Amino acid sequence: MRMTQGKINELLSESACEHNHKKEAKGKNKSCTQQAQPGAAQGGCAFDGAMIALVPITDAAHLVHGPIACAGNSWGGRGSLSSGSKLYKMGFTTDLNENDVIFGGEKRLFKAILEVQKEYNPAAVFVYSTCVTALIGDDLDAVCQKAAEKTGTPVIPVNSPGFIGSKNLGNRVGGESLMEYVVGTAEPEYTTPYDINLIGEYNIAGELWNVLPIFEKVGIRVLAKITGDAQYQEVCHAHRAKLNVMICSKALINMARKMEERYGIPYVEESFYGVDDMNRCLRNIAAKIGDAQLQARVEAVIAEETEELDRQLAPYRARLKGKRVVLYTGGVKSWSIISAAKDLGMEVVATSTKKSTEEDKARIRDLLGQDGIMLEKGNAQELLRVIAQTKADMLIAGGRNQYTALKARIPFLDINQERHHPYAGYSGMVEMARELEEALYSPIWQQVRQPAPWDIVCEPSAELE
Amino acid sequence: MATVQTTKKSVAVNPLKQSQPLGAALAFLGLKGMMPLFHGSQGCTAFAKVMLVRHYREAIPLSTTAMTEVSTILGGEDNVEQAILTLMEKSKPEIIGLCTTGLTETRGDDMQGILRSIRKRHPELFDVPIVFVSTPDFRGALQDGFAAAVESMVSELPQPGEIRLNQVNILASSAFTPGDVQEIKDIVQSFGLKPIVVPDLSASLDGHLDDSPGTVTAGGTTLAELREMGCSIFTLAVGESMRKAAEILEQRFNIPYEVFPHLTGLNAVDEFLQGLADISGAEVPETYRRQRRQLQDTILDTHFFFGRKRIALALEPDLLSGVAHCLQLMGCEIHTAVTTTRSPLLEALPLETVLIGDLADFEQQAVGADLLITNSHGAAISRRLHIPLYRMGFPIFDRLGNGQATKVGYRGTMQLLFDIGNLFLEEEESHAQQR
Repeated sequence: MRMTQGKINELLSESACEHNHKKEAKGKNKSCTQQAQPGAAQGGCAFDGAMIALVPITDAAHLVHGPIACAGNSWGGRGSLSSGSKLYKMGFTTDLNENDVIFGGEKRLFKAILEVQKEYNPAAVFVYSTCVTALIGDDLDAVCQKAAEKTGTPVIPVNSPGFIGSKNLGNRVGGESLMEYVVGTAEPEYTTPYDINLIGEYNIAGELWNVLPIFEKVGIRVLAKITGDAQYQEVCHAHRAKLNVMICSKALINMARKMEERYGIPYVEESFYGVDDMNRCLRNIAAKIGDAQLQARVEAVIAEETEELDRQLAPYRARLKGKRVVLYTGGVKSWSIISAAKDLGMEVVATSTKKSTEEDKARIRDLLGQDGIMLEKGNAQELLRVIAQTKADMLIAGGRNQYTALKARIPFLDINQERHHPYAGYSGMVEMARELEEALYSPIWQQVRQPAPWDIVCEPSAELE
Repeated sequence: MATVQTTKKSVAVNPLKQSQPLGAALAFLGLKGMMPLFHGSQGCTAFAKVMLVRHYREAIPLSTTAMTEVSTILGGEDNVEQAILTLMEKSKPEIIGLCTTGLTETRGDDMQGILRSIRKRHPELFDVPIVFVSTPDFRGALQDGFAAAVESMVSELPQPGEIRLNQVNILASSAFTPGDVQEIKDIVQSFGLKPIVVPDLSASLDGHLDDSPGTVTAGGTTLAELREMGCSIFTLAVGESMRKAAEILEQRFNIPYEVFPHLTGLNAVDEFLQGLADISGAEVPETYRRQRRQLQDTILDTHFFFGRKRIALALEPDLLSGVAHCLQLMGCEIHTAVTTTRSPLLEALPLETVLIGDLADFEQQAVGADLLITNSHGAAISRRLHIPLYRMGFPIFDRLGNGQATKVGYRGTMQLLFDIGNLFLEEEESHAQQR
């Protein structure tokens, strides 16, 4: 699959994505096609996005065709966990030198794929192109095809040069490669009426392991995890699922839509964060599958889990009640976390809507109420200003803003991919409550805010003057 | 003594190397009021930033010209211009450090020409220095990018002026942590000298709370200090990779220099202190005389654990050489040395072959060693080979306090010997338990 401009435009204007449902040609909601602003842009590139979407496939080798920066500055850094192979944690790159740039890198790439296949025997090799290899015109598809024929191992080209766009676009590029080369290339041993795929859940900090036991308990089988803790083979089987469940992101919506078109698999968009969302997720899946017994089991599990959860959360709810939070994160999380915070009795006073769709924004408006602030853009200064203005107690955001909060001596909770605690599912809710309580009530805040004794200025009293 | 080999593989597996722009950014971060700017796609900046944040646990100023497919074809001038103007409006840096990347070097943007025409169009940028450095990703490694940035700084910023007899330039390579730089500064000051340290990471990445956090570096070498470098009486280049920058200062201002390849181990520190005594005419302060005796005592106490230990090192050349020589002088045998880039130091290493390679090569060669010394990526290797790991280099993301860690001077050497000695001690104890 070559990444032509037409192909990129198709991904950018993904018809199922809310971002592109604008009434006039010049709609204001076009975050996918937005160009990064020189001097202001903060996020990752398309290559970054493609890696995020595909690297969690644990038994594949992920080979980056480019100079050292692309892999050298990123390998092994993803928070996705694996229950099996650790191959995905290894960094493979062609590490192009000057000669390769001048004479082309195809030969080196071909040899590299062969070496990786021979030495590490991966289930598949994903090969990512980067800005430099796209610019010098290396034919990724041809090399991959040749290498696949020679090795008998699937070699999947991912045309993801960083300069084609944002991380979001890169996610879709990754999804596109899966659709083109992986999904539907093998048949599962057996299928059941309760087979679903999870799309866009990357098992950060092991979150998936909080929810898989619940699915098992109610009798839902996860056929393919796309791609958290996935094995290559299960992604090949994904076309046999009865339902696609997109988790917390429109990132791979192109996959969901194409699988609906090609294989007639319907999709729903759900979140694992917070009790309400988790309950809704289970109910929606059961309803879509349309099995009365399943629905009954779901209700039983929800009743059981929420009762247990209420018991466990009670002490935290008492401590967290009324605490004011500024939330800064992207997409679905901008509302799903609000509902999780509300579950705990906390008040979200402001949230970002930068990457949210119109639908997300409508939900946010409902959840936030009258006084809530919706942040369209947020640099560090703006965040601190809003925190001061709203007298917020803490910031919940991605790792990038951790030091914005800490340097201003404000409690912080990491909600994005660098975090170390799993917050999904029912047990994740307890984990999140515990972390929030710890952040807010830590004895450190007084120490870091207190001035040195010799800096405390004593006001001279009036009598002495 | 050593032969330098390069890996014969077509694929780098678990790279040890980081890119030149990342090194240049790190050097720029040692200047005050700085905003480094990568001329590349936004990912180049995002990846480098994440690495730096994970290692230092600090907010890192780093920006991008956000090149797209179209701007790559048309040329990057508009993006560079827009980025600089946006930064001036939003972050108000006192100085900008502009680095190229693999993308814009492959395209071949004429950076000097671009900067000239931007300056012509925007006279309001008159008093904002833009230090430019060419740092293609497909050449060199972090240490080279760092050195190249320092060379650009000293080529462009220092001005001639009347010689100041007590002022010295200290050029500190990428081998040194903010804590190291602080120790070097303290030592130099104790001789009654005023050091201008370039880059001064100890004032920017040391991890401290400011009253009003901003979006550019809050500390580091000031612009005024950079300009006054031409008035110094001597340049001390610490780390071999700083040699060229010292030569530039010599050529421009006739300032003599000396290169001290590293500052860990008794001999290395002795030479440095003797050098400072010669330049300043002052006696070596009592503090360091005392510390020297403490270090000698430490060497005695710890040598039982170091003797004949086989050490496997995967570090950038400056750091590799410093650690290798220090440990060899403790009675260790250098078992493996893997590094990232060429350096005149490599041939002088005390072993047969040094490999410019990756961590997969390292893992293969290190079998049979008693200790691994490399960055945090060594943790997985340590588990697989059952050999303890001592973390040095970049990035270290699974240990706290990387900014403050100090391994130079007598005191830093003692700390290094204690840290590594304790690892050996622990290893011996656990073997004794198993018996």
